[in-house]
Amino acid sequence: MEIFLIDKIVLIVAVFGITLLIALYSTYAERKVAGFIQDRLGPNRAGIFGLLQPLADGVKFFLKEEFIPQNADKVLFILGPSVSMTTALMTSAVIPWGNSLELFDRVISLQITDINIGILYVFAVVSIGVYGIMIGGWASNNKFSLLGALRASSQMISYEIAMGLSIIALIMTTGTLSLGEIVQQQGAPLFGISGASWNIVYQPLGFLLFLICSFAECNRTPFDLPESENELVGGYHTEYSSMKLGFYLFAEYTNMFISSAIMSALYFGGYNFPFMDQLGLPHNVVTILGTLFFFGKIFMFIFLFMWVRWTLPRFRYDQLMRLGWKMLIPLALINIIITGLLIIVFK
Amino acid sequence: MHSLSNRAKVVVKKEMTLMEKIYLPAIFSGMVITIKHFFKKKPTIQYPEQKREFSKVYRGRHILKRDEQGRENCTACGLCAVACPAEAISIVAAERQKGEEHLYREEKYAKTYEINMLRCIFCGLCEEACPKDAVYLTEELAPANFDRSNFIFGKDKLVQPLGTSAHPKTYKPYKK
Repeated sequence: MEIFLIDKIVLIVAVFGITLLIALYSTYAERKVAGFIQDRLGPNRAGIFGLLQPLADGVKFFLKEEFIPQNADKVLFILGPSVSMTTALMTSAVIPWGNSLELFDRVISLQITDINIGILYVFAVVSIGVYGIMIGGWASNNKFSLLGALRASSQMISYEIAMGLSIIALIMTTGTLSLGEIVQQQGAPLFGISGASWNIVYQPLGFLLFLICSFAECNRTPFDLPESENELVGGYHTEYSSMKLGFYLFAEYTNMFISSAIMSALYFGGYNFPFMDQLGLPHNVVTILGTLFFFGKIFMFIFLFMWVRWTLPRFRYDQLMRLGWKMLIPLALINIIITGLLIIVFK
Repeated sequence: MHSLSNRAKVVVKKEMTLMEKIYLPAIFSGMVITIKHFFKKKPTIQYPEQKREFSKVYRGRHILKRDEQGRENCTACGLCAVACPAEAISIVAAERQKGEEHLYREEKYAKTYEINMLRCIFCGLCEEACPKDAVYLTEELAPANFDRSNFIFGKDKLVQPLGTSAHPKTYKPYKK
């Protein structure tokens, strides 16, 4: 029992640390990608290639004046970013970061907990995340913050439906809600190649819908209306300063990392990679390689998030709602029907 | 209205085709454009370490030249002040006394020679007007300052320091 606890605590600390580190360096990557796409170099003064830039930013965040507006609700004002950050970090618990390791005569799973309703848990926690934005926007006692918060909540609710529906089609094919099992199933051979039976092959439309919805859920361009700088000053975090603002921005990058991880796990085979069983390598080596592949996939998605951000302009709000309700939801429903028909035909 | 450039396009608000309505092809082609820029060579010049070379005819802050024997060329004729479209130059003339021959080349010299750097437009007309080869515009930038009064450059800042006799264009007063 104690050994089990130690395993899990070590894993939790590792996942927590890696998540924060990646969120930290996502800010750097974002600025670099933005720079390169716009024919600039991005940050390159702090350290080699500007690699110390996130640390400098962090120090700056801590040293800035902590300001709470006079008419703001103090408790809620502090609660807002805390909720955002907490929920952003909670989702990583059910993501299978790798297969199992055989160390010290026992098997250690690289998933913190494989609860059998993993996907449902993810959705539940992500929906709590909107409270962080809503509470922060409301507590600021500022019309721009409130407008940003309103936009965020209605956008999240609208896109969660389409997201949930696109996931239902996936669950119909996998027959389980557990993320660990979904990833394991994708290790099956496809056309004789082991570890290549990824869900993207069976659910291309579902993946596209899920991708679009995750952009909306993460408040990323072209769905960044909650904080649209040029209309709402800063949106829900207009009144925030110092590390509380840092938490909001950090939560956004954490969310981006987590949703990249979920997309890779659900549709791109998670830690499975082609020819994983045919290479004849020891189990532990395959696990470590798989984890590396998983992170590679995650980084590809993070890059995609940034690439899209610096390519597309922002939606107008009515366009956003039209896309969510009149296109994505019907498409998700059609996807469910097609998936159902195909399951009946082929099984 | 008559088009001046002949490049105006008539905008037709036609019904979009299905492919256009899906938007994804357009988004994809947009992303191809941005990724091309991602791998492009960047035109950035790392400023303090690398400097872009000035043009050969760059007109920066002024200098009042001395001749080979270190005597000031300026005779306070006032042609530069007359030529100046911004009226930035003001001169007070004085007569050269006995024993000052090593300081001033001719009998008349400028007691004060002030250029208001806030008024100056760096057009170079003073340089063209000068009959005595006295005033030149260097490649040096006029430095910033916190106080307006510091922008009025007197002879202390304008006259070429003794012992330097480079070509007026490549002469750099602030470099050691």
